[in-house]
Amino acid sequence: MRKSTVGLCLVLLLLVFCQPAEAARISDITETSMTEQVQRFFSLRDPSVRYALLGSILLGACCSLMGSFLIVRKMALMGDALSHAVLPGVALGFLWNMEKDPIAIFIGAVLVGLLGAGTVQLIRNTTRHKEDAALGFVLASFFSVGICLFTMIQNLPSGNRSGLDKFMFGQAAAMGQGDVTLLATVTSVILITILIFFKEFKITSFDAGFAKAYGLRVQLFHYGLMLLLAFAIVSALQAVGVVLVSAMLIIPAAAAYLLTDRLSVMLVLAAIFGMCAGATGAFMSFVGRNLPTGPFMVIAAGAVFAAALFFGPRHGLVSRWWRQRSQTAKIRCENTLKALYRVLEDGDFVQESVTIQEFCEQRRETIEDARQQWKEINKAGFATLRSDAAAFTPDGWQRACEVVRNHRLWELYLTNTANIAADHVHEDAEKVEHILGEDAVRKLERTLNHATRDPHGKLIPSIRDIHAHGTKISAPVRVDDKPTGFGSTKENA
Amino acid sequence: MVDPDNPPPLELHDLTVAYHKKPVLYGIDMAVPKGSLVGIIGPNGAGKSTLIKAIMGLLPASAGWVKVFGEPYKKNCHRVGYVPQRESVDWDFPVNVMDVVLMGRYGHLRIGQRPTKNDKEIAVECLKKVKMLPFAKLQIGNLSGGQQQRVFLARALAQESDLYLMDEPFVGVDAATEAAIVEILRELVTRGKTLLVVHHDLATAKEYFDSLLLLNMRLVAFGPTEEVFTPEILQTTYGGRLTILSEVAQTIGVQKS
Repeated sequence: MRKSTVGLCLVLLLLVFCQPAEAARISDITETSMTEQVQRFFSLRDPSVRYALLGSILLGACCSLMGSFLIVRKMALMGDALSHAVLPGVALGFLWNMEKDPIAIFIGAVLVGLLGAGTVQLIRNTTRHKEDAALGFVLASFFSVGICLFTMIQNLPSGNRSGLDKFMFGQAAAMGQGDVTLLATVTSVILITILIFFKEFKITSFDAGFAKAYGLRVQLFHYGLMLLLAFAIVSALQAVGVVLVSAMLIIPAAAAYLLTDRLSVMLVLAAIFGMCAGATGAFMSFVGRNLPTGPFMVIAAGAVFAAALFFGPRHGLVSRWWRQRSQTAKIRCENTLKALYRVLEDGDFVQESVTIQEFCEQRRETIEDARQQWKEINKAGFATLRSDAAAFTPDGWQRACEVVRNHRLWELYLTNTANIAADHVHEDAEKVEHILGEDAVRKLERTLNHATRDPHGKLIPSIRDIHAHGTKISAPVRVDDKPTGFGSTKENA
Repeated sequence: MVDPDNPPPLELHDLTVAYHKKPVLYGIDMAVPKGSLVGIIGPNGAGKSTLIKAIMGLLPASAGWVKVFGEPYKKNCHRVGYVPQRESVDWDFPVNVMDVVLMGRYGHLRIGQRPTKNDKEIAVECLKKVKMLPFAKLQIGNLSGGQQQRVFLARALAQESDLYLMDEPFVGVDAATEAAIVEILRELVTRGKTLLVVHHDLATAKEYFDSLLLLNMRLVAFGPTEEVFTPEILQTTYGGRLTILSEVAQTIGVQKS
């Protein structure tokens, strides 16, 4: 797997290097209609479109990979601070030979970024400040220096043609071959490093003390990660902008974190989300003509995050709400069945069906509510309805017996084993009856020596009752069969 | 006292540790013989965790030295297994039980090398030993406190070390799990391993451990349980700090910062 990925990276690099250098800037394009723009984007005719798209996808991948490690290390703010801190470095890189040379800017920004990270470390280690204050200080002060330098450059004779303004909010269209080559290189380096040292990055993120104890040089991996982070931030700056690059680090990774419990899966998901967000940003920016790319990328990533937050299968808010809703519905349904059972029990199981009046009396509810509940159990296949009476189906009988059994077993368990007074146990049993699993029931029965009566003297349906009655009800039965059946199984038990 | 051909698993000499420039452990001298099950006990703030962290170099020692099987710790760190305190990690971290136990094998692997099939088999064995195999695929945050502690123990077992340092492995653990852990510790000792276990409960310390190390900023006593578990020594260990010692420590701390 590792070999194939390395191969893929090499092919990617070659592709970028082989691009013809005739690039026309997207901003040069004259007025065209929206559909034409969309067509031009998808045909990938223009080299500039290719650069913008490829660059955005690459930056989405490398930022979200690094961001995943920031999230699991609880260092999300570090990305924010570092992305602002590199701004003076960008300006210095430009001033080095007064042109927008990607390499010079990259080196300048990485160096200043590391200086920023070092300053955070220094403040944390030598003063009583914690990391949050140190990050706040570095973010703001480095950013201010950067803005001063930028303004200085803008005021120079050649300054307004510098293209440095693109570093603030990002313009994927402003990326040239050099920028994309740099991004491809950085992404490959990050990908290969993570693939090789995945195990080490995982253990240092999870339990650094343990890693250090077995002899791993934890600090080395920490600084290595910071260096890669600086690489990712700096190479992505031009497309997303200083202000929003931290969002591309954090948001796709945060969305992935909500969806999985494995670090490896999280990395893959984050990279996919990042690439999709990058492509969307590049597309919107191109079609909307010269709109900033960064915000669109971040909005796209934000949409993915929102989707994960609401619809994630396990931790998603909607999914959780849905599970809770179906749990509530199940409990309501079981309570209805239980009430039906108790009406039958009060009549010594002589009658076969329950009238709505009897049911309402038992539940102390209005007829409307009762009808609604009956409709629900009918829909679930637990009861058949005939005018104003309801009768159990075999399934319904079984379910009702189980719930009543759970309730009474639990009451008995609480009174006998936990020594709780008999008049205190009902409330608790009302909750527990719906969640007792078969295993727990078997254990309870064993503990209670297969007792047949609950603390209030009511019969506890045994497993034989549950099945015996289930089959009898499905066959045409004489009404007076039931109490006999119940009694006989009791004697057997 | 020390036989050079057969060095003790752990030997400390004058180990002194300062935490935030404030001394917390003074001149610890001891040699732990092979195959002992040592309980480290002492009041809160006595430096129990600090001691084992300092042994492993997780905290810098300001004086003294540590030898593990006759060599500095770094040379023999692969022969040491570690169970950190449960609170020391983020249990929401996206790893499952199996991943964590496999981490115990990392010390035996080269940097960049993936765990092999053999490592996975060892991890499965260790999970079986602590009766956590059914939970292997579960994310670690879904476990109860006792289960988390057992996962940490399984990870240490997977390290297949000769010397184990355990930081409060009984915290937040129910009685049944505690008994199961003690049994595993005893089994390790019978196989010739040496164990140092930080323990907070005096009542059970006496029955769990062969020897005890009583600590209160300095070594109060170290020896077989029946010899050192005496009212006088316990009184010295728990009967408040040495007032002058901690006052001086305070002053030094203030001066240095």
